[in-house]
Amino acid sequence: MLAPAAVWMAVFVAAPLGVVAAYSFLTRGPYGGLSEPWTLENYVRLADPLYLRIVARSFRIAAVTTALCLLLGFPLALFLARSGGRKHLLLALVILPFWTSYLVRTYAWMFLLRDTGLVNTLLVEAGLLERPLPLLYNEGAVILGLVYGHLPFMVLPIFAVLERLDRSLVEAAADLGARPLETLVRVVLPLARPGIVAGALLVFIPCLGAYLTPDLLGGGKTVMVGNLIQSQFTAARDWPFGAAVSLALMALVMLGLTVFLRRGGERFL
Amino acid sequence: MEPVLELRQVSKRYPGHEAVRELSLQVPRGALFSLLGPSGCGKTTTLRLVAGFEQPTTGDIYLNGVRINSLKPYERNVSTVFQNYALFPHLTVRGNIEFGLRRRTAEAERRVRELIELMHLEGKEDRRISEISGGERQRVALARSLAVAPEVLLLDEPLSALDPKLRKQVRAELRSLQRRLGVTFVLVTHDQEEALSISDLIGVMNQGRLEQVGEPREVYRRPRTRFVASFLGAVNWVDGVGVRPEATRISSAPPTADVGSIPATVRETIFLGNCIHVEAELEDGEVVVAEVGWQDGRFARGDRVYLWWDRADELRFTE
Repeated sequence: MLAPAAVWMAVFVAAPLGVVAAYSFLTRGPYGGLSEPWTLENYVRLADPLYLRIVARSFRIAAVTTALCLLLGFPLALFLARSGGRKHLLLALVILPFWTSYLVRTYAWMFLLRDTGLVNTLLVEAGLLERPLPLLYNEGAVILGLVYGHLPFMVLPIFAVLERLDRSLVEAAADLGARPLETLVRVVLPLARPGIVAGALLVFIPCLGAYLTPDLLGGGKTVMVGNLIQSQFTAARDWPFGAAVSLALMALVMLGLTVFLRRGGERFL
Repeated sequence: MEPVLELRQVSKRYPGHEAVRELSLQVPRGALFSLLGPSGCGKTTTLRLVAGFEQPTTGDIYLNGVRINSLKPYERNVSTVFQNYALFPHLTVRGNIEFGLRRRTAEAERRVRELIELMHLEGKEDRRISEISGGERQRVALARSLAVAPEVLLLDEPLSALDPKLRKQVRAELRSLQRRLGVTFVLVTHDQEEALSISDLIGVMNQGRLEQVGEPREVYRRPRTRFVASFLGAVNWVDGVGVRPEATRISSAPPTADVGSIPATVRETIFLGNCIHVEAELEDGEVVVAEVGWQDGRFARGDRVYLWWDRADELRFTE
């Protein structure tokens, strides 16, 4: 029974990871590519404040995106779960953007946000602004794009939990004198926690490694870890350092998850 | 004395379905009032109307003489023990019981401690709901509702989730608890034995209507409708008259006194331990059952007998 799974894991997980791990201890060749000697140099380079700032920025952007997704996603999931017969139609609308390429949708945001884009044109034409607002090519635009792209990953797990939430628990709280807000805080939110935690992980982890959104909406000014890795494998042709950054990021995420689970997080999952 | 709870001409209509029809009733303070009826008769809807989870389509609900129609559930001083108990799974036993106590005063602390003792939950305070038994869950649900000192405690099929063996015991405990605390209980049940054994008053519901309200003996012995008669116990229909099996006697000779009687042929004698059921066929083919003591159970299949009953035991209907 376990043998096929083991083979699958070996071929699709362990082998590529092993290759990346091996690269990370090699040296960049004179014209790109790989060469000897084996070294730890790539990891030492990570301590450079330049790279640490990129890592810190990535964590900050991923955290802000997760928080905003939660702020927007929880009320939406609650609304969906309480929409009776229409809820599956509405849920389909939440998932609908996935039918289009993420790249195309990100370009659509560029058309909306750039100086001659729809938003600025309308505002200037309406006489509300003299000059277009700098909506594109900054950290705000990156966060906007990430929130837009990852909101469904927050909504779906929270919806799944809220949909199964026993309605009589909400009634019981009201029956015992709790107003709607108090019921939300004391009953609904604690019971939705597994969905919130799952949604937060599903948003936070991909956002940490995002490269397309910061590349397009950040205009190369808001560099995240994903962009660093990409540029090492492409423009810089420094595969060993790119591999080291990839592994370091992965190790950091796994370390964070392990600490979270050790501290009792697994009961939320 | 003014009733603590009163419903006046309350109706609840859903699209294509009328759950409660022009229901009027008064619940005296301190009483144990049972709403009895088959599933789908509107008894649970009635309870939900009183709790405030549903709004009446027409009619008024009064608590202590104050109309509470427009009050939200959290504004009404009534509390519900749900059929599935609806205990908060993320809280402990104590957390559930003190949920409705807004302020953590010394008075509230004392009250929670008293309820934990009253419900024999000592030592279980810090357990999660998943870690206690069904009977304990019911006691937590009761304690949680009683903690808010409701004017009326509403209980939706409180015994149905329990093991059948536990039910009779818990039934008696519920009754003595109600007597001791003096809190008005409105209890919904489909079990007539349960209603008869613990209620001060029973309201029998059928198809959204309240067919009769009365003390247990009254609704059993003087049912106002055929539905009430047959829902509360078995009835033999003899010449358009209803007689309960235990009021039906049997003899080999025609009775001489002024009683109701009819000739019949014994079909079957069934020994049930504490009594004997004699099944007899009337001349028109109708089969009736006489529930008799072992002395009267000596009749055998094919015996020609007379069934008779006291006129006072005849069930007469006004409808």
